[in-house]
Amino acid sequence: MSGGVRHLYVHLPFCAHRCGYCDFVTVVGRQGSHEQYVDALLRELALERELLTDPLETVYLGGGTPTFTDPVALERLLVSLPRAEEVTIEANPETVTPALAQLLSRNGVNRVSMGAQSFAPRLLSVLERRATPDDVRRAVHTLRDANVDNISLDLIYGIPGQSPSDLRRDLDEALALGPEHLSCYELEAKPGTRFAHTFGDELVRQSEALEGYIEDVVETLTAAGYRWYETANFCRQPQLDGGRDLRSRHNLAYWLGRDYLGLGIGAVSTVGSTRWRNAPRLAAYLEALGGGRRPSRETEPLEDEVKHRERVMLGLRLDEPLSLAGLEGAVDATALERMEALGLATRDGGERLTLTHRGRFLGGGVTAELLA
Amino acid sequence: MDQGKIRNFSIIAHIDHGKSTLADRILELTDTVSGREMRDQLLDSMELERERGITIKAQAVRVMWKGYELNLIDTPGHVDFTYEVSRSLAACEGALLVVDASQGIEAQTLANAFLAIENNLEIVPAVNKIDLPQALPDEVAAEVSELVGETPERVLRISAKTGAGVGEVLDAIIERIPAPEGDSVAPPRALIFDSSYDQYRGVVAFIRVVDGSFRRGETLKAMAQGTQFEAEELGFFTPTMTASDTLGAGEVGYVITGLKDVSRLRVGDTVTSVRRPAVKPLPGYKDVKPMVFAGLFPTDSDEYPELRDALERLKLNDAALFYEPETSQALGFGFRCGFLGLLHMEIVRERLEREFDLDLLVTAPNVAYRVTQPTGEQIEVHNPADMPREAELVEEPYVKASVIVPKDYVGDVMGLCNERRGRFDHMEYLSEARVLLAYELPLGEIVLDFYDQLKSRTRGYASFDYDVIGFREGTLSRVDILVAGEQVDALSLIVHRDAAYERGRQLVERLREEIPRQMFDVPIQAAIGSRVIARETVKAKRKDVLAKCYGGDISRKRKLLEKQKKGKKRMKQVGGVEVPQEAFLAVLNLERK
Repeated sequence: MSGGVRHLYVHLPFCAHRCGYCDFVTVVGRQGSHEQYVDALLRELALERELLTDPLETVYLGGGTPTFTDPVALERLLVSLPRAEEVTIEANPETVTPALAQLLSRNGVNRVSMGAQSFAPRLLSVLERRATPDDVRRAVHTLRDANVDNISLDLIYGIPGQSPSDLRRDLDEALALGPEHLSCYELEAKPGTRFAHTFGDELVRQSEALEGYIEDVVETLTAAGYRWYETANFCRQPQLDGGRDLRSRHNLAYWLGRDYLGLGIGAVSTVGSTRWRNAPRLAAYLEALGGGRRPSRETEPLEDEVKHRERVMLGLRLDEPLSLAGLEGAVDATALERMEALGLATRDGGERLTLTHRGRFLGGGVTAELLA
Repeated sequence: MDQGKIRNFSIIAHIDHGKSTLADRILELTDTVSGREMRDQLLDSMELERERGITIKAQAVRVMWKGYELNLIDTPGHVDFTYEVSRSLAACEGALLVVDASQGIEAQTLANAFLAIENNLEIVPAVNKIDLPQALPDEVAAEVSELVGETPERVLRISAKTGAGVGEVLDAIIERIPAPEGDSVAPPRALIFDSSYDQYRGVVAFIRVVDGSFRRGETLKAMAQGTQFEAEELGFFTPTMTASDTLGAGEVGYVITGLKDVSRLRVGDTVTSVRRPAVKPLPGYKDVKPMVFAGLFPTDSDEYPELRDALERLKLNDAALFYEPETSQALGFGFRCGFLGLLHMEIVRERLEREFDLDLLVTAPNVAYRVTQPTGEQIEVHNPADMPREAELVEEPYVKASVIVPKDYVGDVMGLCNERRGRFDHMEYLSEARVLLAYELPLGEIVLDFYDQLKSRTRGYASFDYDVIGFREGTLSRVDILVAGEQVDALSLIVHRDAAYERGRQLVERLREEIPRQMFDVPIQAAIGSRVIARETVKAKRKDVLAKCYGGDISRKRKLLEKQKKGKKRMKQVGGVEVPQEAFLAVLNLERK
């Protein structure tokens, strides 16, 4: 018996240090517990194994800095995880050595998502990133040498002190490396982060000036042959890459409302009408699984109506039309007409909803309007 | 009590000239309240009064002095409350006029003193705060004696703070103020000069018995309204409520009526007994008409019934308060309320918010306009949005304003009055240093910010009072505000034609700052009729995205959107634009400034 879940997320929280803007579940130090953590992950996997149905479509190792994990432990984990068509790992450039690249490659990792963030040393230091622009370039070449043919780079824009020409330069530098995929995020001062404390006011001050940055990003990348397939994500057009669909299959699963299983501290799973999140405490996680028990979890029931709203919220992030069949209750019909009248959304045949180019730049507000 | 041994009096004083302190000293000196019970300014029972240093509600306290029963009837001290003052004065035979020895007479004191003189009250003048180093008792006594037509020697010199001369004040009250002269055996008549509402005991009426006497348990009748009720309890204030079997001619006290419907007993009515009814009611109060109007809307539209109940309650204690339901497209259901003046409005609003825990949106105040339609029909307009676009004639209320000011500021005051379309009437030197300026001004120019301006241009030295003198034709324009092409009824205003451009510009500029950017351009216009006189645009937002959303973020992002959606529901929709209430508030505040 199996639960039909074909997407697996594994959280590897360890980092060499915590960047100022980060609000993910991360663990700095505790190098000694990598092996023990991998043991715990595998125990949790065993406990939930029957939810998964082989063959898996995607496995995604996120962090933290997954590639900072002790190589022996990391390899043991990779060997033990179920096979999947797309296996992605997040990496920080400074961790990518030829040995690591080989390790990933021989263990089925076929996609690497790397946090470049910026190519300006000055801006990298604002973000407290340790990798230099040269580290990023070297890492890409190292991965290519190990035959990794699907590389994604993360960029952050709206960094305090970043001018429009700085942004342009970052995009050019990233494009020069020929990544298959790019994720571009506006810097957010997440409440409670060190960064918000230091730069929060500055970000508010520059918010209006930054309004055009996302347009610059989209314009530059689409002109360079990338498809703006999700609010913050771009991939090379298939015709430029032998017909390959280079969208992140794992992330698409989230945006299309598929079920997924998450392992590790702070990891979220959504299976059927339940969502749960593992408690983010490392010690408690290790202890529970050390004793063969499930870690403590926060559970959220997902009624159909809620799932429908999420489908709308996530579906509208994509460039492909959202089919409204079955989702009628989640969409405010009057608001929809208003959005159409404003040229922010279109419907073909009445059933399939797409945001217009301008509508996508206003996607957050349009979605808030459209949700019933 | 034999009427010959009764004295009923009020204290007339400007704010801060020491009325409450004097009342406290009187209570102490007559052993009405022991020192331990004493707290400062005992008479000002309402929280609000204490904070503002003014007294809104009249209240009566009975004290005994040398075998005489003295009833001190408290009066409000501010310009808007001429009406309440006249109510209180109608219950007295005399008034103690208290003037600060360091400040001299102020415009409001003057107005109330004249009111007392008009009511044939005996005035006992006293110069207070003679203990202050900057006191000028002789100069001020000369000013006062001039005003009331007494010799300066008859003006008492006291310090309410130290208690000096307070005994002499009480003696003077007995000597100079006449005893009540009602017919103690005639059918009973009493004037309701104030009332309050108690949750458990119903309406409590404060009365001054003129003729006959009232007994506990008797069935009584309010003559004008016809309401009958039982005198569940009679008594007087010492200053706590002290029950008594009877209240006789000349006495002041309270009646607990048990009435639960506050509208059934009105201040100003005459109470008599059903068993032995009087034929004629006592002369009523001057019928005061509200002159200043504003819309009051609950911030939360669910609170409309609470607002209605609260206004009904306030109305019991405040006959001058007027209200009628108003529906605004922008602000929903509320009430158009009429007030005596701006302070009255502020007090009503604060009492609604504080005592009734309501959150209110108050529109910019305007005056009552008298409009003659092309058909010849005459209507009164209380709301700028109701002003007909084609009127034959629009008249606005004018006041006679008196400003008393040190002579160095005469130029500043004249400048202000001229800016406000004032017409100079006359100027008088009250003393070497102080000048009274009399102007005729449109009330509409005063309700905005005249008083604040006056205070700031004279460094707080000016005092000010006004009397409505009638309606006059005005060259007035109705300015409408349009958001995204749709008129915002709550923001319409009526201004003099010369000021229309400036006010229109200020309003649209402020609105542009306050209305959040939308997903489309929002034009904001000020217009007279179909002519646009000012225009601004809130530029459309270019970007509004949730940066990232992956498996772990979905619940949080969804909740964020749901919260955003809820927030939108609380906003008021105008022309398809969500306008937060703060925007209305900011604009309405601007108008008040």
